[in-house]
Amino acid sequence: MTRFVVLSLLALFAVGSARAEFSIPYEMFRLENGLTVILHEDHSVPMIAVNLSYHVGSGREKPGRTGLAHLFEHLMYEGSAHVPEGKYDEWLEAAGGENNGSTGSDDTNYWINVPSNALDLALFLESDRMGYLVESMSPARVDGQRDVVKNERRQSNENRPYGMAWIVMAEQLFPPGHPYSWDTIGSMEDLSAAAYEDVVEFFESYYGPNNASLCIAGDIDPVAVRASVERWFSDVPAGPRVAPLSPPVPFLEKEKRLVMEDEVQLPRIYMNWHTPRKFAPGDAEMDLVGSVLAGGRNSRLHKRLVYEMQIAQDISAFQYAQMYGSSFHVIATARAGHTLAEIEAAIQEEIDRLRREPPSRRELERAVNQYQAWYLAALESVGGFGGKAALMNGYYAATGNPDYFQEDLSRYLAIGPDDVRTAAAAYLRDDARFIMSIVPEGQRELAAPAAEEEK
Amino acid sequence: MRPLPRVAPLLLLPFLAASVAVGQAPDRSAPPQLGPPPSFRHAPIQRFGLSSGLEVYLLEKHEVPIAQVVLLVRSGQVDDPRGKEGLATLAAEMLTDGAGGRSALELADEIDFLGATISAAAGSHTSRVSLWTPVAKLEAAMALFADVALRPAFPEEELERRRAERLTTMLQWRDDPEDLARIAMNRELFGEGHPYGVPSIGTEASLRSISVSDLRSFHDQRYRSSDAFVVAVGDLTPDSIRPLLESAFGGWKAQKAARSAVAESQQVAERSITLIDKPGAEQTVIAIGRIGAARTTPDYDALELLNTILGGSFTSRLNRSLREEHGWTYGARSRFEYRELPGPFTAGAAVETSATDSALVEILNELAEIREPVPLDELERAKRYLALGFPREFQSIEQIAGMVSTLVAYDLPLETYNTAVDRILALDAARIQAAAEKYIDPDRVRIVLVGDRVRIEPKLAALNLGSVRNMSVDDLLGPPPVVEGSE
Repeated sequence: MTRFVVLSLLALFAVGSARAEFSIPYEMFRLENGLTVILHEDHSVPMIAVNLSYHVGSGREKPGRTGLAHLFEHLMYEGSAHVPEGKYDEWLEAAGGENNGSTGSDDTNYWINVPSNALDLALFLESDRMGYLVESMSPARVDGQRDVVKNERRQSNENRPYGMAWIVMAEQLFPPGHPYSWDTIGSMEDLSAAAYEDVVEFFESYYGPNNASLCIAGDIDPVAVRASVERWFSDVPAGPRVAPLSPPVPFLEKEKRLVMEDEVQLPRIYMNWHTPRKFAPGDAEMDLVGSVLAGGRNSRLHKRLVYEMQIAQDISAFQYAQMYGSSFHVIATARAGHTLAEIEAAIQEEIDRLRREPPSRRELERAVNQYQAWYLAALESVGGFGGKAALMNGYYAATGNPDYFQEDLSRYLAIGPDDVRTAAAAYLRDDARFIMSIVPEGQRELAAPAAEEEK
Repeated sequence: MRPLPRVAPLLLLPFLAASVAVGQAPDRSAPPQLGPPPSFRHAPIQRFGLSSGLEVYLLEKHEVPIAQVVLLVRSGQVDDPRGKEGLATLAAEMLTDGAGGRSALELADEIDFLGATISAAAGSHTSRVSLWTPVAKLEAAMALFADVALRPAFPEEELERRRAERLTTMLQWRDDPEDLARIAMNRELFGEGHPYGVPSIGTEASLRSISVSDLRSFHDQRYRSSDAFVVAVGDLTPDSIRPLLESAFGGWKAQKAARSAVAESQQVAERSITLIDKPGAEQTVIAIGRIGAARTTPDYDALELLNTILGGSFTSRLNRSLREEHGWTYGARSRFEYRELPGPFTAGAAVETSATDSALVEILNELAEIREPVPLDELERAKRYLALGFPREFQSIEQIAGMVSTLVAYDLPLETYNTAVDRILALDAARIQAAAEKYIDPDRVRIVLVGDRVRIEPKLAALNLGSVRNMSVDDLLGPPPVVEGSE
């Protein structure tokens, strides 16, 4: 699996071609315990980004234990056999490092940025919690982070305007039992129920090195780093094999509609569809459908609802791509005095038009040019959320190729106007969608109309 | 459904390492010894003048073929005429609403087509127009950038659009307890007569009074080349960028803008509480504030270090106590907002309603405790976190352009960042204590609480922390604004 690339960073951009082709040099190898390691050199700043992905997310949670994957992520910072409670953060900060983590439905990601002298500390900390977390786990630690996570939910959901939208969306859009049919934060009830034993079982099932990939990018000497990684992770035993999930392709048999009340001033509509999973045919097309509909001021929905009619305060349309099925969302907030029925009717007209007629060449090119620029911007930072280490690790998880930048971008370059129209026609169906209205308390008359049969 | 983050944020001795046999168990009895940290210097800041006299500061960064160009003018919210609060931010925002003979939509189409971004915003003392572009599109993007900065149209119908948008934003403030706490705190600290005390987008009354001629005259009188400078960062050289800047800004006639006199605010003299009722709220947003420091204060490094210890890092005292020990919150923090004049210092957290009183007392205790000498290991950790993490701020051209702009805007030495590590490592506990005694005082603070009054008030009264003023959202913001054309 090792692949040496001789390109230097300065050779990243081939000169003379109409479109810049880029490739990110990397080296990849696998340890005996199954840990996949990806190395990438970038000496522009004297720091190293360590990005560790465990290929498990909230999609693996059992009924009655929603929120466990994310609670577990919090517990990963509370100490391991050779790292007393609190020292993970203290030692890193004392070395000038910073860290964070995130949990999604498919993956849980941990990142550290350190000055380039402190890589060994980062590897010590990551390997210790990968190998020796449960030795120091206790019910009291679970209780401590349970309270923190409940407050995270209160802050991000209950106490935030429209904050319950994505929790309800997950339940309504996906069929019961589908790994995306509950939100990553989990229910308060399930968070209360999560026990020490659940945490241990989750660790033993999913946190083995063979279910993880480690990307180290930045100011590194790959030969030395490889030796360090081999040393620090050599005593971490492999875990059980994790079988891939095989959920059925989600679909809606008919249109569903729901109205919710919230403590808000203005009603907001969420129109939602199932779309092709990440990197499947149709995924990039739906990204461009999103751009044509609501990317920038000249996009169709923004121009019409926000700029010309001025019936909406904001509007967005985007493909949310995931491993086992993506979703496409159009979200708009009505201006005072306007109903979601008006908003929905205007959105519907634009969707109908895009299903009928392809976008103009200029509209499409404008959208693709913005994607190209995004790929350039993505090459700047090595660490943190969205840095190169995170992107390469994400590409590896999804495609097996950490340097998928050019392939990813090429998808957009290959799309023609009629491909966009075809995708809109195929996926933005009126008879298979979920429409949710969030309205100010006691003002259900502002909601989008009920489904045909409920009228 | 979408990923949840955990927080709301030299060489490796190759020969030695390579000699370690694969498979040999590592020594985990103590964290590994690290070699000396790498030294860091950013690329030199080059400086040259255009024929108009406009100063340019260039930092070359060639890894990726992109560029960031920022035009910064030394005018901002402090220059809003009385009764026209929000004018500076509106003028900046509307630069992209039509310029150089193009309508707002034509302009947006051309910028987006290049894959570029042009944006503008005003702060309290400066306004900035920013361009991000692939270098391949720099020439075309620079022409649009100059039109936006120098030749905005301020069309009447665009003003009406922006007015309705801002009135709607003001309506939406009611929904968000964080917005309410911020607005209340700034007003408490600085008062409605001071530019720092008024929301940056103004008030309903001031917004309604702004006309196209106000916008035009603000731009004419406040966007002046003698009070402006350019920062350029990215895959550029003086030879590549200078002719483009010359054709964009070389003809901008040299003129100075009048500087508005702004008074320094009176420090908080006693402790008082404002309780804003959000019936049924599951959490209380707690904000505790005083007047902090100006960016040019000689105490800047000491305050940054002090704040790292108090509430500026994950292991800070506030976060460790309120989140890790008590589990009352997802995160607690503090910060100084440095401006030309002393800006706010605030500490706070969103805490579960039942813990409001305990959390409030705990934050006040930490504000008292930080005035005591900081233990050596805690001090060293914070110094190293701040100093050794510094190179991270230099990863993207956007970050770097912001860092360089700050130096120039506050007339700080261009070597400031290259000497930062040594300056921070030289700080000691006595210096931190002196800064704490000067700036932090739990007995003289404004406290703002946004939460469920019925559940908070009885316990709050029992604490006897100072006078409590009860407010409704209407008391704070006035009646909900009515947006024209919506009834």
